Amino acid sequence: MNKILDSIPTVPVAETMETIMDWLTSNLSALFSFIQNGGKNAMNFITDMLISIPPVIFILVIALIAFIATKRKFGLAIFAIVGLLFIYNQGLWEELMNTVTLVIFSSIIAIIIGIPLGILMSKSIVAENIIKPILDFMQTMPGFVYLIPAVAFFGIGVVPGVFASVIFALPPTVRFTNLGIRQVPRELVEAADSYGSTGWQKLIKVELPLAKSTMMAGINQTVLLSLSMVVIASMIGAPGLGREVLSALQRAQVGNGFVAGLSLVIFAIIVDRLTQSFNKK
Amino acid sequence: MTKIKVENVTKIFGKHINSALKLVEQKKNKTEILKQTGATIGVYDASFSVNEGEIFVIMGLSGSGKSTLVRLLNHLIEPTSGSIYIDGENISKMNKQQLRAIRREKMSMVFQNFGLFPQRTVLANTEYGLEVRGIPKEERTKKAEAALDNAGLLPYKDQLPSQLSGGMQQRVGLARALANDPDILLMDEAFSALDPLIRKDMQDELLDLQQKVRKTIIFITHDLNEALRIGDRIALMKDGKIIQIGTGEEILTNPANDYVRTFLEDVDRSKVLTVENAMIRPISVNVEIDGPKVALKRMREEEVSVLLAIDKNREFKGYITADDALEAAKRGEKNVDSILKTDMESVTPDMLIQDVLGIISESSIPLAVVKENKLVGVLIKGVVIQSLASDTEEVTSNE
Repeated sequence: MNKILDSIPTVPVAETMETIMDWLTSNLSALFSFIQNGGKNAMNFITDMLISIPPVIFILVIALIAFIATKRKFGLAIFAIVGLLFIYNQGLWEELMNTVTLVIFSSIIAIIIGIPLGILMSKSIVAENIIKPILDFMQTMPGFVYLIPAVAFFGIGVVPGVFASVIFALPPTVRFTNLGIRQVPRELVEAADSYGSTGWQKLIKVELPLAKSTMMAGINQTVLLSLSMVVIASMIGAPGLGREVLSALQRAQVGNGFVAGLSLVIFAIIVDRLTQSFNKK
Repeated sequence: MTKIKVENVTKIFGKHINSALKLVEQKKNKTEILKQTGATIGVYDASFSVNEGEIFVIMGLSGSGKSTLVRLLNHLIEPTSGSIYIDGENISKMNKQQLRAIRREKMSMVFQNFGLFPQRTVLANTEYGLEVRGIPKEERTKKAEAALDNAGLLPYKDQLPSQLSGGMQQRVGLARALANDPDILLMDEAFSALDPLIRKDMQDELLDLQQKVRKTIIFITHDLNEALRIGDRIALMKDGKIIQIGTGEEILTNPANDYVRTFLEDVDRSKVLTVENAMIRPISVNVEIDGPKVALKRMREEEVSVLLAIDKNREFKGYITADDALEAAKRGEKNVDSILKTDMESVTPDMLIQDVLGIISESSIPLAVVKENKLVGVLIKGVVIQSLASDTEEVTSNE
């Protein structure tokens, strides 16, 4: 039996994939290095700017935003002050700012790509049938795998980190945008149509406003997923809190690993609660 | 003048539409076609025309295709075959822009569950049709406010629809449709989600409005009473087919077939309504205690001209009239024995309204409702008729 199975030659999937990658890297290298350099400069600029803000002011501003966003409750604001002071106290402020930049960039790119894709998906069954399996693929593929093309295209550093994070964090925004628009009650869609709305008018005046809270839930997920890629992205040289976790792991420094991990958790909680409370308004 | 003309329109949902259409041409019925092809018939070979300024009611039970039919008129649903003419123009042949122009300028729709946009204020909802037409902000606000003012809703213009009651929400829905100043109003079960009393008010308002504005109104309902009340002409639908078109009078006196007849009979609630459902609290005098002056005072308080007479065991004795009581009081009589009349008919609470209708329509005075010799209620002509009307509505709206 095995002989029959063995007589089938190995299908060259890996080789094909490599050929494609080789072709892409050699033919589009100019584009990739342009993105690499431009992205790196932009992100360094943002990080430098964040670092140049005095930590006290940064912490107070975040606390104020938290206070306003949670409708004048003190809980999140106090948590933000204590948590961010802790991170500063542990000497991880610069790493935190690097992580902030990474999360901001990958979330924004994921949202910019994700919302139009979600809209397309909600409007066309063909698009939905094509995009859905790709999203499933993106979500089930282990995050590490995205590091390989990222490195191939962009080398090491923060840009490939963002690239891998975007791929990993994109699906929820697409899915929830699609879901939100499809959930708009039929009668309201009919009302919009019956008054002679164009497709754009219907989308902007009726569908997107009604899908907003569902879409925000997806965006919240996207932000958190891109945050969870921080540690993985540090393996290809993305700076930030993830790098601290990684180096603690490599040197078996339990204490340092714990502090860096805890800082990430604090940051994640602040980001999560903030994005959620924006949705509640 | 003909405003809307529908010619042999058929709508088929599902797969195998072409083979189903052939079966329609062969006059096969809905269940046969479903069995053979798996396709569902929404509307089956419908033809009718609606005159300008007319209220045309399309009536049928759920699943009869009435909501599909009204959506064919503004092409929210595209017909599988047949043609629809608005002002002589075939809208089935129009491109998107032309169709949009028709929807923007000629017809507005009112929805069963109001179809208001929850994130927009009452005013912004009312402006919607004008907004998508690209009318400048100032002008559309002016028009929308005028429409809201007509509906008595101007004070609520900055509220969200969820802050209003159902009846008020539907007034907003109607104001939104009218703000557009369309020729044609499509009303899809517009009042069905409202409770019976509000519904009646809304029907009255619609009729008043129609006196003023003279729109062509297509009104969808499953409620025969509603159809009879507001429809100039009524089309009855069953299984996607139009069975009969005519004025309410024509349909009532000359039902086209057994289905229409049973439909009308089902709606006739007098057959199941009992006296107990329609009687009201009796206003009485006690013949053993009360004199003519007490009787007169009570009549004045309760604003009636007839009192029922009972003894202290609440046994029914007869009745006295205001004129007689006045005479007796003038004569200085101390009791009502001399003016007590006994020629009032009495009925029992478990009798059917249908059976007492004859008695009550001939009698100029109310009927006493008596159970085991005791007076339990009174039947008044007006109340009986009113309860017949409102009960029918409740029953049919729970279909």
